[in-house]
Amino acid sequence: MTEAAVRTTAPARWQDYVQLLKPRVMSLVVFTGLTGLVCAGEPMHPLLAAVAVLCIAVGAGASGALNMWYDADIDARMKRTRARPVPSGKVQGADALAMGITLSLLSCMTMFIAIGWLAASLLAFTIFFYAVPYTMWLKRTTPQNIVIGGLAGALPPVIGWAAAAHAVPLNAWLLCLIIFMWTPPHFWALSLYTSADYGKAGIPMGPVVWGAKKTRLQILIYSLLLIPVCQVPVFSGLGGVIYAAVAAPGGLMFLLLAWRLFKSQAGEGGAVGETGLYEVKAGSTDARNLFAFSILYLFALFAALLVERLLNMPAGLSL
Amino acid sequence: MSAPDPEFEKARKRRSYAIALGLVVFVVLVFVITIVRLGGNVQHF
Repeated sequence: MTEAAVRTTAPARWQDYVQLLKPRVMSLVVFTGLTGLVCAGEPMHPLLAAVAVLCIAVGAGASGALNMWYDADIDARMKRTRARPVPSGKVQGADALAMGITLSLLSCMTMFIAIGWLAASLLAFTIFFYAVPYTMWLKRTTPQNIVIGGLAGALPPVIGWAAAAHAVPLNAWLLCLIIFMWTPPHFWALSLYTSADYGKAGIPMGPVVWGAKKTRLQILIYSLLLIPVCQVPVFSGLGGVIYAAVAAPGGLMFLLLAWRLFKSQAGEGGAVGETGLYEVKAGSTDARNLFAFSILYLFALFAALLVERLLNMPAGLSL
Repeated sequence: MSAPDPEFEKARKRRSYAIALGLVVFVVLVFVITIVRLGGNVQHF
């Protein structure tokens, strides 16, 4: 890693430190972690449940800060990320590193004190896996980076489940598997219309290494694997009618969008190198559509599980 | 050596206060967690 940032004329504001924690990613992690915790169906003191979710959130934020510290050099080369606090010089790299390490230790320690060793160990492993194998190694070396690295983003529901039940049964790993299988089509769809950026930064994302056509095929293959996995909770006792009503039609829509993307020219020639997540040229709208729908689909699946569990919760049972 | 920029000095002070507040919150949190966990275990005696 090279120190890409220079001190700007203005001192860092509190919002810059919040940005270090990747609040958008953190909100999804909190949501999936909370779903895991509720789906465990074990009685839990509300304060301890809140502390567990807080620890998951802070741990995710710590991973984000460590990632931004290490990736400052490549973030500075991409339009999408160059305004981040470290590459823009608003926060010094050393401060981001210190914040990441401190929050990692505090979140794991608190999880251990409040909940126990299993949830704390899983949280520590998740932070480590995101910061070291994914950020420092996989991201810069292989187009499989987000496939393997996706495990870090998939673990929060397992941590939530472990926090409530002090065990991680198959249904907890099923939630993990859903997010794990969801990650490649989600990120490859994004990379299809931002591949110029990734190429400039030297990150070996699918479209940069394989080209757009093979990436679209990979997205279709992973989508075909993902959608059946998303139906399994209906049969494993984890999801009920509401979940089925979301998972099946949503899955069909996902497959339709993946098929349309496969047949499109997304990522070819002049359809790349855009600045925003949702602003794309006409040739890449199919990639943008799948990227946007994938977020909605994952959110809807977990929201359905959450709502179903809360509706079926016996009166007087706290969480 | 040049004098420190007053804006950065102010920002550093604000940061120090925020860290101090964070530490106080952490101590209170650990105390409350201890009380809650202790309460749960005492009931089992």
